[in-house]
Amino acid sequence: MPARGVNYYSGNAAPDSRWPLMDPALIRELKSLLGPANVLSQKEDLLLYEFDGSVEKARPEVVVFPHTTEDVSRIVKLAAKYQVPVVGRGAGTGLSGGALARGGGVMIVFARMNRILELDVENRRAVVQPGVVNLDITRAVEHAGLYFAPDPSSQKSCTIGGNVAENSGGPHTLAYGLTTNHVAALELVLPDGEIVCVGSRHGDAPGYDLCGLFVGSEGTLALVTEITVKLSRKAEAVKTLLAIFDAVGDASRTVVEMTARGITPAACEMLDGWTLRAVEDYIHAGFPRDSAAVLLIEVEGLREAAESQTAAIADICNTNHAREVRTARDERERDLLWKGRRNAFGALGRLAPSNYVLDGVIPRSKLPEALEQIHATGEKYGFQIGNIFHAGDGNLHPIVLYDPRDAEQFSRAIAAAEEIIRMCVSLGGALTGEHGVGMEKNELMTLLFSDADFDLMRRIHDAFNPDSSLNPGKIFPLSKGCGEIRVRNSRRATGVQS
Amino acid sequence: MSSVANLPSRLEKIVGSDRVRASGAALQEFAIAGRAPMAVLKPRSAEEVGEIVSFAAAEKLAVVACGSRSKLELGMPPQRYDLALDLTDLRAIVHYDPGDLTLSVDAGLPLNELAKALAAKNQFLPLAVPCCATSTVGGAIASGIDSTLRQQYGTPRDFLLGAEFVDGTGKQCKSGGRVVKNVTGYDLHKLLIGSLGTLGVITRLNFRTFPLPDLREAHLAAFPTVEAALNFHASLLKFGLPFSNLELFDSDFSALLAGFLNKPGGSVPESFVGPGWQVFASFEGNAEVMERIQRELRQRSTQAQAARSETLDAQRSRQLHEALREAFDWLRLAAPSVALLRIVLPRIASGDVEELLNVSQQLPLRSAFVLRACGVAYLTLLSNAEDRPTKAALERGVSELFSRVEAKKGSATLVHAPLWLKDRMNAWGAKRADFPLMQRVKQAFDPQNIFAPGRFVGGI
Repeated sequence: MPARGVNYYSGNAAPDSRWPLMDPALIRELKSLLGPANVLSQKEDLLLYEFDGSVEKARPEVVVFPHTTEDVSRIVKLAAKYQVPVVGRGAGTGLSGGALARGGGVMIVFARMNRILELDVENRRAVVQPGVVNLDITRAVEHAGLYFAPDPSSQKSCTIGGNVAENSGGPHTLAYGLTTNHVAALELVLPDGEIVCVGSRHGDAPGYDLCGLFVGSEGTLALVTEITVKLSRKAEAVKTLLAIFDAVGDASRTVVEMTARGITPAACEMLDGWTLRAVEDYIHAGFPRDSAAVLLIEVEGLREAAESQTAAIADICNTNHAREVRTARDERERDLLWKGRRNAFGALGRLAPSNYVLDGVIPRSKLPEALEQIHATGEKYGFQIGNIFHAGDGNLHPIVLYDPRDAEQFSRAIAAAEEIIRMCVSLGGALTGEHGVGMEKNELMTLLFSDADFDLMRRIHDAFNPDSSLNPGKIFPLSKGCGEIRVRNSRRATGVQS
Repeated sequence: MSSVANLPSRLEKIVGSDRVRASGAALQEFAIAGRAPMAVLKPRSAEEVGEIVSFAAAEKLAVVACGSRSKLELGMPPQRYDLALDLTDLRAIVHYDPGDLTLSVDAGLPLNELAKALAAKNQFLPLAVPCCATSTVGGAIASGIDSTLRQQYGTPRDFLLGAEFVDGTGKQCKSGGRVVKNVTGYDLHKLLIGSLGTLGVITRLNFRTFPLPDLREAHLAAFPTVEAALNFHASLLKFGLPFSNLELFDSDFSALLAGFLNKPGGSVPESFVGPGWQVFASFEGNAEVMERIQRELRQRSTQAQAARSETLDAQRSRQLHEALREAFDWLRLAAPSVALLRIVLPRIASGDVEELLNVSQQLPLRSAFVLRACGVAYLTLLSNAEDRPTKAALERGVSELFSRVEAKKGSATLVHAPLWLKDRMNAWGAKRADFPLMQRVKQAFDPQNIFAPGRFVGGI
């Protein structure tokens, strides 16, 4: 049996001659436990699982598909017996490398644990398995006027388990909060295979808010096998506005003033001119190609409240020199505007072989300054950096288009990204608003946290995951990490396929 | 109590002689359940808090952090209590960006002082907690006590953005940040909410603030039966109107509430006259929203065959809102013998309420019931007597309520009880399946078990 933490990294650098690194007996035991159809161990099958939505890359040594919580518990126990790491994965749409097997080992893909176990319309709760697709929860309850509020742009494919791990957000986070605000209880499998429930389906149970700790812990404390989510009631009235600007500064000042006047729309998204032209060419959502920026603003609530808010917002847009403020006349127009927003990253995919979507947060009062600095960073590094982001809560998503085949360009993209994230922190912001730290920003964590902070976070980590067998190499800088992980190649060397 | 030689002088070396009190009177002022500490310290900064905790950890001295001390009775009395940490001199508003609606404030600042600073910018923090006149920001978070604005604004976990605190090793730590959207690192600050000072000494808190609404009004409707009142209550929730508070209470609660309101300057709503169940709904917004909600409430209370229905003007709404906010405080003082239980049930049907009330009816005790926003109920058992039969009845009643709530897969917590009762039964009820995980969290934050040992769930 190999000693743990020695040779489980299996990125590009793992020589094929040494493949698989894992003890074949573990694969045999996994197949006997789950059936051969639920275990992938051929190298060509595993290629699909070495990517997610980020620029990172790391290959698992075996991929398994459990159907029940008990399966997960047994898999984890087997992995512990063979001392190999375990990483959970939903749809692999994450943008920070959270679902990549940085330490190699066993990847548990929850795609086949995708049942909605219970719908309780009266009490507005749903109990779901982690592989349920985010939007499918809403589809299952919309007949009753309910929906699941967190709405990542990938909501047609991302899973609730991944949302819980990363504490995902979306455009409507502005009014309704992140995933953590919509989770009531969790069933977990700990690294030793123990199954335990935290939180409370209704109300709040006495004790520490463990649910609040596990949501957003990026799969480093436990694997989530069942989630009780809170369902929200659809608002009586929804109004969707498109405000068109001839200067980016006017659009960002509109957001600042709206926030300062205490107007909280349900969503407030910004697309800059370069991005909206790319989107318009692809989606034909109705964004004017000659504008410098648009704000897509949605207002929800009682009819009376929505109307007065809409009027106040239009007033602020006009004061800040909006060329035009349009209101979607019907559901079709509203859907089209949102289609443009949600498919923007796909539209940008037509312009370059790859794009790097950043995720940083700033105080909203600093928005105009931040956009100017992003522009300057783009010029410095020779990139056109697009901006399509959640302006209302200061959650920036600058997009760097690059060619991953060009190693020099890739490292320039990484450097530009780091400069932008550092800028967010220097303005009083944070490293990530909704994508998670993962293996994308773990080395940047020192910008925000002290040794004392890491000590405590490490003690919490070790309290649940003492051997770092769950999702090693994430969140913590490797120098301040948990347990041992030997990553032979840093992201800068392996993040790009040569 | 630990014995440490020359304790006051050693503490004086850390914070200065003017910051350490060890006189009998000072110690009694900070006594909890009859137990006084060995010294009271009043640090000036988070650094000093860190030094005191480092010292306490080295000497294994038990530390209880406090603000205005209005809710120190929550949980169980600490098993050890050596140092009281008076945080009321940490009172700066460190950062306030009204344009971003974000705030960073020291833990010892009184809520009402903070409210004034925010109101100057037409904003507020939706922490409508009891003992509002004295409570500190840190105490409101550490106690985790219910805010009456929870229906609309949620609990602190929905608007607390980050925290700074001293862990059990004496190190200054932080979690979260100061921006409204943030998933960087573990959300350790969420664990501090309601932790009763057992994980760390909170020194600073970051919040999202909210614009003050144009108007706040309320409506009161009375019903002859609990079933009718619950149906009305449920229909309002289902309807999706944005209520800031929604409470349902019985006539005994109304009578106690009227007593509180009858203080000079107060007035009792007409609906309080007579028996029955009341449903109180408050709401906020602009004039059009007020008019719309009032209209809906009038129609719905008529449809629900309310015995009485009354729209309250702004002043009376405010009075009743404040009285309900303070319920914990006046209920615990309502009689010489009081036991107050906070109850959460998976579902609350009229049969459940009747069953719970039946417990006191079988005993020589009075009771008062209020179902607060978000399904949290408070059931008070009270008696004017303090004799042995009363004590026996109170103990039997509380014990019976715990077992009935547990049988319904709910949870109950004894938030106020006479000391002798807490000596005989645990305020937290039975341990839950996730208790061992909570012990792991405690061990990580406070490896020496120096923070309010024994106060929390399961003896943590």
